[in-house]
Amino acid sequence: MKHLLSISDLGADGIDEVMRITDSFVEVSERAIPKVPALRGRTVVSLFYEDSTRTRLSFETAAKRLSADTMNFSVSTSSVKKGESLRDTVETIEAMGIDAVVVRHGSSGVPWQVAQWVDASVINGGDGWHEHPTQALLDCYTIRQRLGSLEGRHVAIVGDIKHSRVARSNVLAFTALGAEVTLVAPPTLMPPSLAGWPVTVSHDLDQVLPKVDAVYLLRMQKERMTEALLPSLREYTSGYGLTMARSNLLPEGALIMHPGPMNRGVEIGADVTDLPNTVITKQVANGVAVRMAVLYLLLGSGADLVA
Amino acid sequence: MDPDDVRRAITRISHEIVERNQGLAHVVLVGLQTGGVPLAGMLAEACHRIEGVEVPVGTLDVAFYRDDIGLRPVLPEAVTEMTFDITGKMVVLVDDVLFTGRTIRAALNALNDYGRAKSVQLAVMIDRGHRELPIRPDFVGKNLPTRRDEMVDVSAQGVMIGDVVVKP
Amino acid sequence: MPELLIVGGDLVDESGRRRGDVLVRDGAIAAVGEGIGDGAAAGPNVTVLDAGGCIVAPGLVDLHAHLRQPGREEAETIETGARAAALGGYTAIVAMPNTEPAIDSPGIVREVRDLAAGVACEVLVAAAITVGRRGEQLSPMAELAALGVRLFTDDGNGVQDARLMRRALEYASGLDITLAQHCEDEILAAGGHMHEGEWSSRLGIPGIPSEAEEVMVMRDIALSRLTGGRVHFLHLSTARSVALVAAAKAEGLRITAEAAPHHFTLTDAEVAAFDPVFKVNPPLRSRADVDAVRAGLAAGTIDAIATDHAPHAPEVKEAPFDQAPPGMLGLETALALALTELDLPIEQVLGLLSWRPAVIAGCRADHGGPILEGGPANLCVIDPEAAWVVEPGQLASRSRNTPYAGRKLKGRVRHTILAGTPTVRDGEAQQ
Repeated sequence: MKHLLSISDLGADGIDEVMRITDSFVEVSERAIPKVPALRGRTVVSLFYEDSTRTRLSFETAAKRLSADTMNFSVSTSSVKKGESLRDTVETIEAMGIDAVVVRHGSSGVPWQVAQWVDASVINGGDGWHEHPTQALLDCYTIRQRLGSLEGRHVAIVGDIKHSRVARSNVLAFTALGAEVTLVAPPTLMPPSLAGWPVTVSHDLDQVLPKVDAVYLLRMQKERMTEALLPSLREYTSGYGLTMARSNLLPEGALIMHPGPMNRGVEIGADVTDLPNTVITKQVANGVAVRMAVLYLLLGSGADLVA
Repeated sequence: MDPDDVRRAITRISHEIVERNQGLAHVVLVGLQTGGVPLAGMLAEACHRIEGVEVPVGTLDVAFYRDDIGLRPVLPEAVTEMTFDITGKMVVLVDDVLFTGRTIRAALNALNDYGRAKSVQLAVMIDRGHRELPIRPDFVGKNLPTRRDEMVDVSAQGVMIGDVVVKP
Repeated sequence: MPELLIVGGDLVDESGRRRGDVLVRDGAIAAVGEGIGDGAAAGPNVTVLDAGGCIVAPGLVDLHAHLRQPGREEAETIETGARAAALGGYTAIVAMPNTEPAIDSPGIVREVRDLAAGVACEVLVAAAITVGRRGEQLSPMAELAALGVRLFTDDGNGVQDARLMRRALEYASGLDITLAQHCEDEILAAGGHMHEGEWSSRLGIPGIPSEAEEVMVMRDIALSRLTGGRVHFLHLSTARSVALVAAAKAEGLRITAEAAPHHFTLTDAEVAAFDPVFKVNPPLRSRADVDAVRAGLAAGTIDAIATDHAPHAPEVKEAPFDQAPPGMLGLETALALALTELDLPIEQVLGLLSWRPAVIAGCRADHGGPILEGGPANLCVIDPEAAWVVEPGQLASRSRNTPYAGRKLKGRVRHTILAGTPTVRDGEAQQ
């Protein structure tokens, strides 16, 4: 496999392989010297057109722990501000001799376009509302770590599904691994069509919570109110926020997940984050190991992962 | 080698390890994934029989330290488990077959990341020659001349070249 | 000007199909008939064009071409656009007024006509309904009509204000002109970049619902009923739009409609690779919509195939999908797509591409009429069996944004004759 653009590039077998390799990198991350020489001499560039310090740092940490050189192309201080086109930027970076580029862009599909223009491996670090495959991989890893497997498990994804790349990648990943997925959101925050999505839909979180093995909360963005999608944040929280009272509806041991950054008091109660089954910081920690596995598979292993 | 030969070689090597290190007080065994892992376990058992001491056993996967990364498929076989600090210890690396020496080179680099061992020794069941690096074993089950293109397989059931059981 | 003898083809026009040679002299058809070219030899005063195995038809008429001049000459000029049109079999094209500045005054109409003098295709200028296409104030329609402008449109945008559209229709009804509407409710469509549906949901691209088009089709049908005004619907793309037009026509309203080749050949699934070459407005729709547009063309509900030829320079088009401008090339592929993709008799295909749009454009006296002695010599010669592959680099347009790169098509223009002079001969542009 040359690029990681979508979860569907991997398929169930590919996800399993990433999970298996991630085990080894979790061990590496726990060492006193959490660094291996696997990607010595390789160069990984992060090309982030959207601010996302957490994802960028996670990728850069992963690359450094593999001994790769990292470069950070910061759009806010670059030629892009001077009107350089995406293609020119990408071709300029490639000319410097790079092996992989992690692309984050506010427009869906940009990593696919970049992959057409460069010889380097392209990793989708999140594109528009479309996909965020490494987030989905780290979420799968976190669930497997705690629940053993996703096969036959029931996961509810709650919140702004329509505008969420995390939701799209996670639906693909969770269902590929055999989980049942229920999307919970007000109808205005659902995609216009769910044809072909192997999911069930609910508008009643209280009905869903007692039946799930994990509840995955999405970030609720404040600008949704201005688009007439919601009357108010307060109304969203009362219907779809995981308050402490609601969290009591969850079965024993059910996980509480969130991709971050959280709006405490909106989609998640301020105190819910302290519950023992809240694995949000675990997700972040696993993010580095999962991204090490992805970088290693694309740049180091020489193995072909095509599902 | 048949199963009894392997068992006898394990016992002999254990004695040599005890003798070389004047006991087992500071000795740890590290089996290389995957072939060295069962042998390390067998050595630990034998050491226990001889000295009554539980020797710590770790396992090491060297995939991320290899020098042929990117040239051919190199994926970790299993997770490394080094639950002890090796600083100041006599580390005995255990592998099934010593061939070019490149795996051992990678293992020496990997060990560095776990601390500074007092010494590192190498135990292998089969030394089949064809070294490409200045590496020699400290403890050998059997020297076995081979052709470069032959396959050598070591297990508790014996040692195979191709599909022929090697007789001592 | 040497005489032109078109020999060995089948003549197809509104009156049907027959064998015949055509002799052209002084820009007009001097003689038509079987055998008049027998034994003819090329000489200093006679050019012989071989039409063996070909269809000889009135030149094609495009109701909808964006020639980008003035203002966007890096994407297309009137000259390059006209050359592309000639290669596509066209002898007349309507130049849309969304140039920079917009064509909304007599001065700009004259400027565009000056630029179009002597190019490979007659350029009919459409003018904006409102000043600057801003949808606020009517353009000087009477003055423009007096200059010969027959089509008015704010294309690129629909006229959003229903009252303004009503006034425009009322005003126009005294001028023998047609208002052409780009049907799109801008508030419903706001922020959208592709058809809203299964694919937009999966790809995470904001969608444009079919209803954004349909509510304006409905509204303008109502306004046509109210005012008696003549409305032409540009580039219809949805199944319900086609049904609405069918009902309005059955009611006897003065409604006509066109469809673009991409709306009967491509679906929204094409967007899956995120190539902005598939971004267009109205967007590529679902399979059911494509089927309905085809059915509408077959039934005659849709009067014309219009290209919506919309060139964009590569550096502008190669942007992230939601930042790229909408539009695709069309002039050089429309005929072949219609012949390859529509399962219709060639007479009907040519009706959609020539004589019916000529009526809507108000140029029927010069284009699209029957091939008769004394008629204007605006003709095209089509080899309906010629197979070819679309190669963006080979197109005459200044831009490369065809969505059909690599596509195998059947049917190609062999010769195009504009006012008695070949603009395309043996598939090669002559100027």
